[in-house]
Amino acid sequence: MIRVALPEHLRTLARIQGEVLLEVSGQATQRSLLNALEAGFPMLRGTIRDHVTKKRRAYVRFFACQQDLSNDLPDAPLPDAVATGAEPFRILGAVAGG
Amino acid sequence: MSGVRVLVGTRKGAFVLSSDGMRKRWEVRGPHFGGWEIYHLKGSPSDPDRLYASQSTSWFGQLIQRSNDGGKSWEPVGNQFAYEGVPGTHLWYDGTPHPWEFARVWHLEPSLTDPDTIYAGVEDAALFRSSDGGRTWQELPGLRACSGSAWQPGAGGMCLHTIVLDPTDPARIFVAISSAGAFRSDDAGKTWRAINRGLRSEQIPNPTAEVGHCVHRIAMHASRPNVLFMQKHWDVMRSDDAGENWREVSGNLPSDFGFPIEVHAHEPDTIYVVPIKSDSEHYPPDGKLRVYRSRTGGNEWEALTRGLPQSDCYVNVLRDATAVDSLDPCGIYVGTSGGQVYASADAGDRWDPIVRDLPPVLSVEVQTLP
Repeated sequence: MIRVALPEHLRTLARIQGEVLLEVSGQATQRSLLNALEAGFPMLRGTIRDHVTKKRRAYVRFFACQQDLSNDLPDAPLPDAVATGAEPFRILGAVAGG
Repeated sequence: MSGVRVLVGTRKGAFVLSSDGMRKRWEVRGPHFGGWEIYHLKGSPSDPDRLYASQSTSWFGQLIQRSNDGGKSWEPVGNQFAYEGVPGTHLWYDGTPHPWEFARVWHLEPSLTDPDTIYAGVEDAALFRSSDGGRTWQELPGLRACSGSAWQPGAGGMCLHTIVLDPTDPARIFVAISSAGAFRSDDAGKTWRAINRGLRSEQIPNPTAEVGHCVHRIAMHASRPNVLFMQKHWDVMRSDDAGENWREVSGNLPSDFGFPIEVHAHEPDTIYVVPIKSDSEHYPPDGKLRVYRSRTGGNEWEALTRGLPQSDCYVNVLRDATAVDSLDPCGIYVGTSGGQVYASADAGDRWDPIVRDLPPVLSVEVQTLP
């Protein structure tokens, strides 16, 4: 199972407490993970990536294993620690200053 | 006993303010959707328990929320706003073509007769309609086809912020778009034409151009749908022929810049504006928050000040942040960028704050309940 940590606003929207556990078929990638997440929680469609282009929203970030994976290709394999559930895949809003 | 429900959209959530028909004691509920910008929320005229809210942030984009119990509980519905066909381009700030890009929903206008039908005015400017309670949205592309390639955003973005439905003719819809102007459809949104004759805007190269005018708000009284009132960027305007021709009715206002305009619920010639000092100084003249009322359909205005701050007041009142109820006497409501919502239960003669310390208010709507 893959562990996904959502930001508070999206947990509220999806009525989730704590992390989401996802079963992802095939290789674990950003695309397959987000497909599984949106299938389980349709209200999240459009909040993390564009409905049509599937491009990450500009102020959303993907972190895991102390790395910024935001700009990785959608079909790049996720780190083994994420794929095995040892580490969570973190989705968060970019820092907004000012 | 009758009552009112005031729906307030703010920079950081939605609030529902409720009172009985006396409009003296208020219950404040919220924030709903705390932390999100609520550009607008509005109830269905045909089912007052059906509410819709536009919820967005720069981080997570656009959501539409729906309530079936008067705002006690909410459920997210459809949030995919896809422009019809190849979206094409409008003019960018530098005059080059720029592709249409959806940013947010500015205004929601439920059908007058069907709680499942609702219109959404969006940025970049376009009009969408849902016929299934907000689950799916379809663009009415004839509006952009009419002159969209020539529209150019102003500093506030290119948004469709006003939707007025004609209660006597279901096929007639009016909309207004920032820095583009006013438009009318007589065939339920299939085709559109600009209705800006008589507007004069010194901020554009041709001050009397067919499009390019920064219309801020249009208001209509249900009993007289051919009479429209407009608060333009500068100038308060009136049309007596459904927008075919406009004439200025700014009269003795201290400033004719402003955002909202309202019509009294029972007196079609009584109208309200909130003068703002200028297009760069978005606060009231002289530090005094004054709502101005005309009982003559424009030109002759009186300042309404009792209960409103008359010194050191530098708030703004945005285009969707005023509303009237339909009780007798008519109530009028004003929300400010300082987080206050002021209410008058006597058509503007005397004002009291319902709340003082909300986040900046983006929109105010009122439901008059049986």
